[in-house]
Amino acid sequence: MNLQGLWVAFTTIIVREVRRFTRIWPQTLLPPAVTMTLYFIIFGNLIGSRIGEMGGYDYMQFIVPGLIMMSVITNSYSNVVSSFFSMKFQRSIEELLVSPVPNWIILAGYVAGGMARGLSIGLIVTVVSLAFTHLSIHNLPMVVITVFLTSALFSLGGFINAMLATKFDDISIVPTFVLTPLTYLGGVFYSIQLLPDFWQGVSMANPILYMVNGFRYGILGVSDVNPFVSLGMILVFITILTAISLRMLARGKGIRH
Amino acid sequence: MTHALEIEGLTKTYSDGFRALRGINLNVREGDFFALLGPNGAGKSTTLGIVCSLVNKSDGRVSVFGHDIDTDLAGAKLNLGVVPQEFNFNQFEKVLDIVTTQAGYYGISLKKARQSAEKYLKKLGLWEKRDSPARMLSGGMKRRLMIARALVHEPRLLILDEPTAGVDIELRRSMWDFLEEMNRQGTTIILTTHYLEEAEAMCRNIAIIDHGEIIRHTSKRDLLKQLSVETFLLDTEEPLESAPSLDGFNCKLDSEGSLEVEVSKGTGLNSLFMELEKQGIKVVSMRTKANRLEELFVRMVEDNAQDAGKVGEVMA
Ligand SMILES: Nc1ncnc2c1ncn2[C@@H]1O[C@H](COP(=O)(O)OP(=O)(O)OP(=O)(O)O)[C@@H](O)[C@H]1O
Ligand SMILES: [Mg+2]
Repeated sequence: MNLQGLWVAFTTIIVREVRRFTRIWPQTLLPPAVTMTLYFIIFGNLIGSRIGEMGGYDYMQFIVPGLIMMSVITNSYSNVVSSFFSMKFQRSIEELLVSPVPNWIILAGYVAGGMARGLSIGLIVTVVSLAFTHLSIHNLPMVVITVFLTSALFSLGGFINAMLATKFDDISIVPTFVLTPLTYLGGVFYSIQLLPDFWQGVSMANPILYMVNGFRYGILGVSDVNPFVSLGMILVFITILTAISLRMLARGKGIRH
Repeated sequence: MTHALEIEGLTKTYSDGFRALRGINLNVREGDFFALLGPNGAGKSTTLGIVCSLVNKSDGRVSVFGHDIDTDLAGAKLNLGVVPQEFNFNQFEKVLDIVTTQAGYYGISLKKARQSAEKYLKKLGLWEKRDSPARMLSGGMKRRLMIARALVHEPRLLILDEPTAGVDIELRRSMWDFLEEMNRQGTTIILTTHYLEEAEAMCRNIAIIDHGEIIRHTSKRDLLKQLSVETFLLDTEEPLESAPSLDGFNCKLDSEGSLEVEVSKGTGLNSLFMELEKQGIKVVSMRTKANRLEELFVRMVEDNAQDAGKVGEVMA
């Protein structure tokens, strides 16, 4: 395929992904808006008003970046894992396998689809948060780059999960037992400076901590870690997961007999 | 002479160790209408799956219009359209979206994709259903949807794995007409089917596969020539108590009381009727028992099973 053909194939995959998650919007777009509103009301307003300051900001202002990031992470991941797994399950993945679309375009298309959902949700949550607090942005490029890269990274994660999954249970194991704990412990709700030294050290091994803090730095200008270290880490993870995904596609495990 | 499909020494061992293909050789000429026949589990879908890269081969060589799938997979795929045995579209997507999306995977721009989708959906009588989700189509419509999807990029070789399974007679015939028309316009067609009538009606060349091996690869005409015995069913005016003994013919009564007579090639039917006349048996109507190819087919597969010492695993 020539360059133009590749581009058409790439956008075709994205369009189909966007069509999917907008078609089922009550499952995809609505829930994060509802849960995040609850988080803002309960943690931000009710409990937050008693907590006072965190990292030099209102508690509400402190958690907004974390909650946006959390929605981006879960939604990017779950979009790709459920879409790709159900393609595998219904075998409509064969539509792609018989076509001349190269593997890297397949991967890029799914990742972009996951990003489309993750970033749309990020935007929705941001808009919702404006009803509770005001946001001023400290460093816009940092905000944009961090959120894009994080979304890409977790889309890749969802892709690998979907490739490995053989039944529907398999697509909820990682989100429930890995992603959610890491996000909650990743400094969404607190600054790790509140923790004893030992647990601070343990928290530093949590990759999500870097993403949440990188993003928080972009918005508020405060962070528990160096934001450039965050970006570097995300890039390294993206490279590794991309290589794994491409290798899995080439071997066709679980999609070709 | 270009071949639409060349297969050489193709083998497949599935991950559970099952040897589904044991060295298949197959050539299909450009413009041919080719049938791949064989009992359940013979390896038809496996062979076609390898050709369209849904199944990884273990060994051997496959090329589509000269594009080897090992060295120029994209070239092979561009020339190929596939209608698989099982429904494999997203049940929730709309008919038109399914077909245009497929065109997009071949790099066809949206505008052209829409035109082509419209053309084939209309030809296959699905245009009115274009906005229905695929799950709301009937079984026959789903088959036709898969045919439209396979044709949207106008492939030179169309592969259909049991395209008419579960399709009623009328629709089956209109599908035959459609495929013959496609073939006349130059599309090479390969199909598998369990309705031998279908192969007999449409195909020019035939391969028979059994237990992962090609046991026959020839033209339909040559195959039919080999048919040495044909079986006829005769309905008599008076019901017969028992089968008469007809000089020179094997006969018996079937479960519905029709007289079943085997006629060897070259004997001719006149002598049969003379014999019946002599015995005072009046025949009201007459038909051939099975479709001719079917008889031959059953016999060949049985022979193959016996050769291989695997009696009992034959197609019913
Ligand atoms: N994924 C798989 N893993 C293991 N064995 C398989 C797999 N797919 C097919 N087989 C086996 O390979 C053999 C050939 O199967 P195939 O689907 O090619 O047969 P077929 O000729 O298409 O039969 P049918 O007429 O029933 O469609 C069968 O014995 C089948 O059980
Ligand atoms: Mg089959």
